[in-house]
Amino acid sequence: MPFNLLVLACLTYVAFLFAIAFAVERRAQAGAAGWLRSPWIYTLSLSIYCTAWTFYGAVGYAARSGLEFVTIYLGPTLMFIGWWWVLRKLVRIGRQQRVTSIADMISSRYGKSNLLGVIVTLICVVAATPYIALQLQSVTLSFGVFAAAGSYGWVMPDTASTGLWVASGLALFTILFGTRNLDANEQHTGIVIAIAVEAVVKLVALVAVGIFVVWFIADGPADIVTRINASPIADWELVPTRWAGLIALSATAVITLPRMFQVLVVENSDERNLATASWAFPLYLAAMSVFVVPIAVVGLQMLPAGANPDLFVLTVPLSVGQGGLAMLAFLGGFSSATSMVIVASIALATMVSNHIVMPVWLSLRPTREVTGDVRRLVLNARRFSIAGVLGLGYLYYSFSGGSASLASIGLISFVGVAQMMPAMLGGLFWRGATRVGAAAGLITGFVLWAYTLFLPSFGPDSVFSLSVLMDGPLGLSWLRPQALFGARGMDPLIHALFWSLVGNTTAFALGSLFSFPSPVERVQGLAFVNVFDTERSEPQAWDQGLIDTEELLKLAQRILGDEPALTFFQQATQEQGTDGYLPDPTPAFLEALERKLAGAVGAAAAHAMIAELAGRARVTVADLIRVADETAQIMENSSRLEHQRAELERTARQLREANEKLTQISIQKDAFLSQISHELRTPMTSIRAFSEILMEGDVPPEMAVTQARIIHEEAIRLTRLLDDLLDLSVLENGTVQLDLRLVSLTELIDRALRAAGQVRPDQTFVIWRDLPTEALFIRTDPDRLAQVFINLVSNARKYCDARQPEIRIAVKQRGARVIVDFIDNGSGIPKDKQHIIFEKFARLTDQTRAGGAGLGLAICREIMANLGGSITYLPAQGGAAFRVTLPLRLEKPKYSDAA
Amino acid sequence: MNRRGPVFLARRSYRMRRLRDGARLLPVAGTFLLLLPILWQPAATEARDTAFDGIYIFAVWAGLIIVAAILSRALGTGEEAEAPAGREDDEGLTP
Repeated sequence: MPFNLLVLACLTYVAFLFAIAFAVERRAQAGAAGWLRSPWIYTLSLSIYCTAWTFYGAVGYAARSGLEFVTIYLGPTLMFIGWWWVLRKLVRIGRQQRVTSIADMISSRYGKSNLLGVIVTLICVVAATPYIALQLQSVTLSFGVFAAAGSYGWVMPDTASTGLWVASGLALFTILFGTRNLDANEQHTGIVIAIAVEAVVKLVALVAVGIFVVWFIADGPADIVTRINASPIADWELVPTRWAGLIALSATAVITLPRMFQVLVVENSDERNLATASWAFPLYLAAMSVFVVPIAVVGLQMLPAGANPDLFVLTVPLSVGQGGLAMLAFLGGFSSATSMVIVASIALATMVSNHIVMPVWLSLRPTREVTGDVRRLVLNARRFSIAGVLGLGYLYYSFSGGSASLASIGLISFVGVAQMMPAMLGGLFWRGATRVGAAAGLITGFVLWAYTLFLPSFGPDSVFSLSVLMDGPLGLSWLRPQALFGARGMDPLIHALFWSLVGNTTAFALGSLFSFPSPVERVQGLAFVNVFDTERSEPQAWDQGLIDTEELLKLAQRILGDEPALTFFQQATQEQGTDGYLPDPTPAFLEALERKLAGAVGAAAAHAMIAELAGRARVTVADLIRVADETAQIMENSSRLEHQRAELERTARQLREANEKLTQISIQKDAFLSQISHELRTPMTSIRAFSEILMEGDVPPEMAVTQARIIHEEAIRLTRLLDDLLDLSVLENGTVQLDLRLVSLTELIDRALRAAGQVRPDQTFVIWRDLPTEALFIRTDPDRLAQVFINLVSNARKYCDARQPEIRIAVKQRGARVIVDFIDNGSGIPKDKQHIIFEKFARLTDQTRAGGAGLGLAICREIMANLGGSITYLPAQGGAAFRVTLPLRLEKPKYSDAA
Repeated sequence: MNRRGPVFLARRSYRMRRLRDGARLLPVAGTFLLLLPILWQPAATEARDTAFDGIYIFAVWAGLIIVAAILSRALGTGEEAEAPAGREDDEGLTP
């Protein structure tokens, strides 16, 4: 097949995946994608366990070592059918703590320690390097097969530059896919779907080749059995240590590989999916494995002796002229490699940005205040990390010369990530496990792995000289990398697995036994180990008095984005039973916020940020007491009491708030009555006085004109006041007639700005607008809406006290609703006044600065209610900010029958 | 944890608990069956029966999958029956 056709096929395939991911993400945003959460999609996404190593390497492995290849799939099978032991707990904790990666999980368990996060991240990055190199090698090799088969078309470049091209293509693809948005929960729906599609492609491809081999080349299963027993594969020797060791190793790797943890725990959208995956995923693995030996046997018989068994999946169909089948197999292998690289590099990039970049950034930041847009920083950190991870993989590939067989490279990675197992399992089941123990275990295991397996894998005389490998460093033979402490007879892989895990577990246990955990660690330990008993264990009680909710909102906006943060705060306020955007900083709210932030920047960073705002980075004696078991038990018993108390408190708070509001309104009403009588009397007095003078008759004509004008002006003022009152009562009764028309929002805002320009015309205001976003046609009552806009702009002009006043008008469309924000740069409205400004007769200052009667905003609120929308005050926007929300198309007037 | 509950459970809860025990035992049984070929090794040298070994492993594999499927269907997430009979536990997914 011509090489250029092959490249074209790959590009088309990638474009197709991209289109699917894009379409699905669109639909998920519109909320129409319930099937995305189905257990089948979940199971298929788990299949990234089967990488190009499975697709090509398993056949090669079988050709070299017989049935041993199957251990790599038996381990995960045991782990999944035993989901009741570990996986169920892991997934529950992952969801409850909003874990973003395996590093986050371990750091979170051991007191949100960032040190552990860094260690785990480093282990994962180093261990993933050979694995990514393996994918590059297999794609490059498969390109080579096709390039050799066809002699026309483009000439394939040499393998090194092909590898580079593949690596850069994958990096670009992953960055486009995985870092478009910073998801609160680190879930990537589009990618999960693309992975699921690739899972189907690779299964179909491998099964198709298998069926072809069994029923078209051989004469069915019986023939295959005789061929197997006649082939060199039948001579394989089962090595007991390797058989048992590899089953245990692969069982471990299936939960500690960063990419598996990503799809298994982080992308899990429903715990019940795990029940289905517990048998469906082993079924997938069995289906992937069942044809491996037949393909290997037939390949060994048909192809010349020197043929690379890692490529039998391609070369067997090609040798009998089945180009189409080979193409399908090629796409299956391509799928396996791309899906692994995408998920692995996303998982690693998340860890690098959350555990290395963010903490560095946090510690470099000089002031308490959060400045700049954190989201951009995080996304860029992830993009660079993805490129970095793939770059490392390419370096390993070109360093190791791409010579080793696929299976041996993959197993090096497996042993590397297995070092996380003691810290993770210990954390799940042993409350005595501590941060010191976990760090000691991880470091010991990592060093032993690097010394006995990873560094020797580069071959003699590249990292270790031949003499070090043969006689040990400095001639100390008991330190030989592949025969530690005289263990000479062991297989190198099992040797490394054995010593690294023995050292790891010992250091972990001893470190835990001889250290004392910090309070946060003990609370987190309780929350993890007893996750099914103590659903509500509260890791930390923040001191409420010290926290300014407005500061929290600012922080959350920087990290989550303006809209999601406002929505989150609004929901929290509603759950507390009040209105607005600023909830009380209750422990429950703070913890929810911390978890939400943890979803974006990781547990340790989120904890540090809130700790800083709470003015407290250490835990008090009171927390220590909370940790004690007794407390936990008492809490369990009194949970119902607690619940009732919380409800009572909520009701009491609502009552208190209502009462406060009533008192304030009553005071205001009194004030208004005296004011309105004053307002009515002043014009009345002058009208009466001047009309009496006029009645006397002997006034000079020019003076009479002046006095008549005064009478006229005062009468107009009276009329305006009465009009406002009348307007308000009409609006409140809902008897208003709406004149609905289609109108351009831009024009309405123009009109409002023109009309409001007469207020304080001496002041020059800078107006910020974004015209393209305003280009909306809305169906509403234009005059009424303009009235609201004019009122808001005039208020800003009246009360904005900045030296260089500015007004920013921002328009957003959210589905069928339009949001218009008016934000000035003055000092804003004090927090205690924010909830009375929409009441009638409310005035913030006592002086009647612009002659209003305090009815403007009350009228605005009623108008918006009549237009099917609302008007609210937005706190923490750097000035007074009002948000007008209205429907894009107001269908028919609510009160049309009145009139 | 000493939970205050009845000493004996209702029939349904009892069944549920034994199902969960079963789910815990399944991987143990699977491990035993899959490690069994280690013991055959000395005998396997005289006749070539690798194909038989393979068939045995895939048969065990299929058996484990079928049992796991039946168990998972019966268990769900195990949430409903988590509490001892007669007491409502507040463990649930809803906040």
